[in-house]
Amino acid sequence: MSILVNKDTKVIVQGLTGKTGTFHTEQALAYYGTKMVGGVHPKKGGESWSSGVDGTSLPIFTSVAEAKEKTGADATVIYVPPAGAADAIIEAIEAEIPFITCITEGIPVMDMVRVKARLDRSKSRLLGPNCPGILTPEECKIGIMPGSIFRKGSVGIVSRSGTLTYEAVFQTSNEGLGQTTAVGIGGDPVKGTEFIDVLEMFLADEATQSIIMIGEIGGSAEEDAAQFLKDEAKKGRKKPMAGFIAGRTAPKGRTMGHAGAVVSGGKGDAESKIAAMESAGIKVSPSPARLGKTLVEVLKG
Amino acid sequence: MNIHEYQAKALLKGYGAPVAEGVAILKVEEAEAAAKSLPGPLYVVKSQIHAGGRGKGKFKELSPEAKGGVRLAKSIDEVVAHAKEMFGNTLVTAQTGPAGKQVNRLYIEDGADIARELYCSLLVDRSVGRVAFVVSTEGGMDIEAVAHDTPEKIHTIAIDPEAGVTAADIAAISKALALEGAAAEDAKSLFPLLYKAFSEKDMALLEINPLIVMQNGHLRVLDAKMSFDGNALFRHDDVKALRDETEEDAKEIEASKWDLAYVALDGNIGCMVNGAGLAMATMDIIKLYGKEPANFCDVGGGAGKEKVAAAFKIITADPKVEGILVNIFGGIMRCDVIAEGVVAAVQEVGLKVPLVVRLEGTNVELGKKILNESGLAITAADDLDDAAKKIVAAIEA
Repeated sequence: MSILVNKDTKVIVQGLTGKTGTFHTEQALAYYGTKMVGGVHPKKGGESWSSGVDGTSLPIFTSVAEAKEKTGADATVIYVPPAGAADAIIEAIEAEIPFITCITEGIPVMDMVRVKARLDRSKSRLLGPNCPGILTPEECKIGIMPGSIFRKGSVGIVSRSGTLTYEAVFQTSNEGLGQTTAVGIGGDPVKGTEFIDVLEMFLADEATQSIIMIGEIGGSAEEDAAQFLKDEAKKGRKKPMAGFIAGRTAPKGRTMGHAGAVVSGGKGDAESKIAAMESAGIKVSPSPARLGKTLVEVLKG
Repeated sequence: MNIHEYQAKALLKGYGAPVAEGVAILKVEEAEAAAKSLPGPLYVVKSQIHAGGRGKGKFKELSPEAKGGVRLAKSIDEVVAHAKEMFGNTLVTAQTGPAGKQVNRLYIEDGADIARELYCSLLVDRSVGRVAFVVSTEGGMDIEAVAHDTPEKIHTIAIDPEAGVTAADIAAISKALALEGAAAEDAKSLFPLLYKAFSEKDMALLEINPLIVMQNGHLRVLDAKMSFDGNALFRHDDVKALRDETEEDAKEIEASKWDLAYVALDGNIGCMVNGAGLAMATMDIIKLYGKEPANFCDVGGGAGKEKVAAAFKIITADPKVEGILVNIFGGIMRCDVIAEGVVAAVQEVGLKVPLVVRLEGTNVELGKKILNESGLAITAADDLDDAAKKIVAAIEA
């Protein structure tokens, strides 16, 4: 089992014809035949796109609505540049695509405030923006995660950081545990899917036997997630967990690469997040190099 | 991106906010004319630096008894005397760090008779994904201290982006600030216009501390701190024009030209990493092994060889740097591109300090081969732990 995406997920690409969209669509097709079914471009509808790797051809549609109607897509991935990315997400919401992943980094926050309002009264789920996407080993790869480091297994991984997701994946593969699904929720302050949403799915997924959660400074999503886990544990829902928080040494008031990674107004520092996670029973590793080993220790009890 | 108080006030004035008359000056000789153009008889001389706590700040070059970075004056002569003392000197505040900041601009403003000092800020409340007003009756002081000691005195009112600031929102903010009479009337226009300015200009923070009720009962914006969403500057040339590069670190300005996420820090191990989370984690692990990072540097996912070389040069140009740790987990970023960039930069500017490189992920073998064949004195590391240990050992040797 897995969460959100599997071998049946049909994916369209908004921003397929650009360099980034092309490269990652080729990679996705090469990853266990992820079902990439088409692309969207307002001016190139009716044309087709071909992979430079194996020649696979995909149809291009004028709109997301048309692409959904013709292909039966239930997911979309967005590689549109920042200035147009919010409108691309809103187009996908209006076309009622159930699962929308936005990889784009650098979308203005006020644009995401507008998207969030629209998203809240829709049936769609948005992952991201500014995220590496989602990958279910040997079934489906949406986004930019390197498929080669994954191994089918039992660990659910959720992270605000792309490269730290890769660390967790790589280390759990090396420990022989493997992954059910890895989800990058992204580094922006206003986003579609939060830790709590993903943790709920991992708790409900039978194949997921343990969880790694990687947070970073800024906001209070980790504290909220810790409270959620405590509440669920009282109902008897609990899985072994290891975690990490990046940014212990970050100076206050400075934005550390990710738009959302900033300690401001005395809030969002690493220590309070670590304390909250530890209090919810998560073993927090002091070193990002020991995520896999820390989880193994937790599993051994 | 931050701007000065006088620029923020001018921007708010353009939206119709009540601000005092004032004149910004870049030379001490302009002080007299500036003061003469104001009504008087009370003036305020305010240091313009990108840091808070100016009033309580101290000038390095003056005696400890000398007044701070914001001063009252009751005559034009007094304005001139203050300006002479402040201009060109270094103001140290709780937010500048011990090095302080040189005062190169002053704002001479008309004084106000203050009845009450309030706090009002706007920011994006990420828990709800909306712009929120954060207000308190405890203005004019450090709001973090208020939040810590008396959290019940801070009120947050989030605004529905599809409805804007409603009458109910204004009533809630006014109640939280205990506004009455003329102030409550002023509130009906002030809060919507602050929201409009924040949204239209893509601000990240608008902090008015204090917002005052004057003796005549009306509201006035007495101080304004404004910062903007860097990701939205592409659509605001007017805001970009307000940038004061003298307030920024030279290395950070150079990095921004290459679109590198770089933050200068105080330690002596330079870092070059891909991904913001991994870059922070690399700093953390250096600290875990007892040393301090000299910088945060995320070269990003799609960097080419030239960008990598530019980043490496910025890091090596920092005189504090005694060792460099390159940590790459290649996803989109290919390890061979990193290796080529590092080799090109070293060949151009030389390498005077130890360099430890950890490569993992896409094209890792090719990357390692390029480094090995370069003939450069590079220490390879197996993983992040190993890399941190090796760089710490190298600078202690």
